[in-house]
Amino acid sequence: MAIGPDPRGALVALDRFGLGAKPGDLAAAAADPRGFLLEEMRRPNVGRLESASLVPSNVALQALFADQQEKRMERERNMASEAARVSMAWPGAATAAPGPAPPRGADGKQKPPEASIEQKLFRAEAMARFEKRARAQAGFVERLVAFWSNHFAVSVAKGQFVRVAAGPFEREAIRPHALGRFADMLAAVESHPAMLFYLDNQRSIGPASAAGRFAGKGLNENLAREILELHTLGVGGGYSQTDVNALARIVTGWSFAEAESEIGEPGGFVFKANWHEPGAPVLLGRAYPQKGRDQGAAALADIARHPATATHIATKLARHFVDDTAPKPIVDALTKTFRETDGDLSAVADTLIQSDLAWSEPFSKIRTPDEFLVATARATGVLPNDPGPYLNRLNAMGMPLWQPPGPNGYPDSVDAWASPEAMKLRLDVAWQIAQSLKDIGHPLSLLDTAAGLAASRETREAVSRAESRPQALAILLMSPEFQRR
Amino acid sequence: MSFASSSAVSRRRLLALGGVSLALAYFPRAASASTARDPRLVVIVLRGALDGLSAVAPIGDPDYAALRGSLALSPVGDKAALPLDGFFALHPAMPVFARLYKEGRGSVVHAVATSYRERSHFDGQDVLESGHPGPGYTESGWLNRAVFALQSAEPTRHRGLGVGAAAPLLMRGPAASLGWAPQFLPPAGEDLAQRVLDLYTHSDPALAAALRAGLDADKIATSGGLTGDMAKARGGMDQPNGMRQAAMGAARLLATPDGPRVAALAFDGWDTHANENGLLATRLSGLDGALEEFEKGLGEAWKETAIVAITEFGRTARVNGTGGSDHGTASVAFLAGGAVRGARVVADWPGLKSSQLYQGRDLAATQDLRAVAKGLLADQFGLSAQALAEKIFPDSAAVAPSRGLISG
Repeated sequence: MAIGPDPRGALVALDRFGLGAKPGDLAAAAADPRGFLLEEMRRPNVGRLESASLVPSNVALQALFADQQEKRMERERNMASEAARVSMAWPGAATAAPGPAPPRGADGKQKPPEASIEQKLFRAEAMARFEKRARAQAGFVERLVAFWSNHFAVSVAKGQFVRVAAGPFEREAIRPHALGRFADMLAAVESHPAMLFYLDNQRSIGPASAAGRFAGKGLNENLAREILELHTLGVGGGYSQTDVNALARIVTGWSFAEAESEIGEPGGFVFKANWHEPGAPVLLGRAYPQKGRDQGAAALADIARHPATATHIATKLARHFVDDTAPKPIVDALTKTFRETDGDLSAVADTLIQSDLAWSEPFSKIRTPDEFLVATARATGVLPNDPGPYLNRLNAMGMPLWQPPGPNGYPDSVDAWASPEAMKLRLDVAWQIAQSLKDIGHPLSLLDTAAGLAASRETREAVSRAESRPQALAILLMSPEFQRR
Repeated sequence: MSFASSSAVSRRRLLALGGVSLALAYFPRAASASTARDPRLVVIVLRGALDGLSAVAPIGDPDYAALRGSLALSPVGDKAALPLDGFFALHPAMPVFARLYKEGRGSVVHAVATSYRERSHFDGQDVLESGHPGPGYTESGWLNRAVFALQSAEPTRHRGLGVGAAAPLLMRGPAASLGWAPQFLPPAGEDLAQRVLDLYTHSDPALAAALRAGLDADKIATSGGLTGDMAKARGGMDQPNGMRQAAMGAARLLATPDGPRVAALAFDGWDTHANENGLLATRLSGLDGALEEFEKGLGEAWKETAIVAITEFGRTARVNGTGGSDHGTASVAFLAGGAVRGARVVADWPGLKSSQLYQGRDLAATQDLRAVAKGLLADQFGLSAQALAEKIFPDSAAVAPSRGLISG
């Protein structure tokens, strides 16, 4: 129980656990910093993100399929006309190759190319996500969403399919369960078309299944390997290559419906029974005799509650929220709660914010590029109408949205985000933002918004001695108070 | 407010570390500058799958012109291909490489591919950069592991450089490496940078050290400033300006006496499904410009440098319905630099008849790109066949290094 206002607690609530202070937040949180976070967690559907501008993944994927179909038809038409046109006479052929003429408007001028369907959907998702993060009360739940989204990373670099599905994936598979049960999140993630496509499970065919015997194709272990290595048990979690292979067999047939699919709704999950490997594979010492999709559901439920999974998740949470070393008392407390509550993520989050150590440790982490941009929007109150600058800045700082370098997600260490080149790029971004913002008031009052009484004398002086308002703002955005969490 | 990094590093010590060499103070200084050789290796990843049949055209192949239709290069005309060896001719957008080739400082490996035989860019690039025989490995890249192997033998001399806001997978991994990214944003001025540095020096020494090193690396990389068109137009990594800027900065860092010796860059935009003739000319002129910047910027170090440009796979042999080509199999690798044994196209030409094409559609691969990379690492740095076959390119004992790509 807080006795009197707790300014440092307010900073911990908003910086370590949240996404930075909006005007007035520090004062509001100081009365009861833990209560400030708990109140946000208890709001109904706080993690959900729904908006008129967003569509479910199956609708988005159907739009992509239709667009691809149209392009295919156009291509076939062009192919036919090109075949008729191109003379095979050598050597004249190279110069006689006009491509399709770019579209022109009524005035004859070339029109700027219209954004592709996948670009439109992606940008709408990016904008909605950014707004949700910038406006959240403390941003603790949004931080948890981002944590889980990175834990179950997909990458739009895989292609148009993931570019279209990544936003819906986070809204459909992550958000509803960020304060729910881990097992439910795991089940939702591993059956989502975005993950199935990203990790190639739609290409994995049981060798002894009806389709496998006919086509002579086989298993793709990618999804199974990452489930065990990244999503649940973790490296060193006590599984072998035999277990990877068993799980790969168990989830054969977990796929999505293509445009012309005979079963299921295009863009949605389907279980392809004739791709499923028959038998009762043994995974981690236990046989799974269930039939069909139930086999995979049973296996996932078991590995979700495996002790190694609890430790793996607890370690990652402590590393993300508190310190790169993942302090052992916090890991132990989180592991205990995870195991005792059968992976109740709301109870796990509660344990995290009840840990005294999590409130007393120094601010050793640095905000990720995304957290930095969101915290800037929260402090200044300036949200763009267009996601372009936000996405460009994320790219410039090496954290393109939903495009981590691999299935293990973006790095979560100070070394990665406070490396020499990263700090130099961050400075350039801070300067660009500072120049773009107008009418943000006095820089020192912004410093009060973001750091309050905790702002160091040095930072206060550096901000107030700046030669211009943009320079003052850039220094503020780069100050340790604004960068560390 | 307390910060974990408010350690005992005194301000005085930080100031003493100042100056341009601090960028490289992240690495121990080279023990001796008098070693006989001081080789450099630059690897440029061309992301999106370069069309090798248009970059280096087999115009002497009787099936080439008919097969490629509107994508075929011509030996005559105002956009005539540049002759290389009578059988192969170079895309006209690459005059610098044509000159290097003639001077014996440029060569081409043709009909070459990784071990990956599917058609996903994503997986193809992972295989290309990870050095593993198949996809699914994204922890570290072969170039980083090569640097790591060199460091364990001689810790002070070999360092890596990864160019880009996020280092290419090639340069990620166990060996600490320097990072530098060409400027996309208007840079923060020196005055602002100094003020932020001063602030960090007082209150957050760890951030001070990192920012100072980042600024110093950038100072070296952009020393002399950008001139002419480059100062005005800052391009992305799929534009000639961006490619030139990346090369210019990397060259300056590689030329620094105690700077990095091995660099990884990535150029984008090679996925030419439509309107290939125009797009490819732009991209190849960017690559050509980058080679020119390396030649200029490396100075004396150019003599001991090998640059190799590689791509995840090739493109279909036939033109598609939108004046482009689709994902294929074999492509080319470009080699350039003073250390390269040039003036030749290294190829075991598979032919272009339908029956000779891979799956009836792509240029077939007759050389393994890992052999090329292993040969370069062996000849430039003396890495052992065993290290190359186990640590650097796992499970590749059957792929012998291509020796003799380096002169000497």
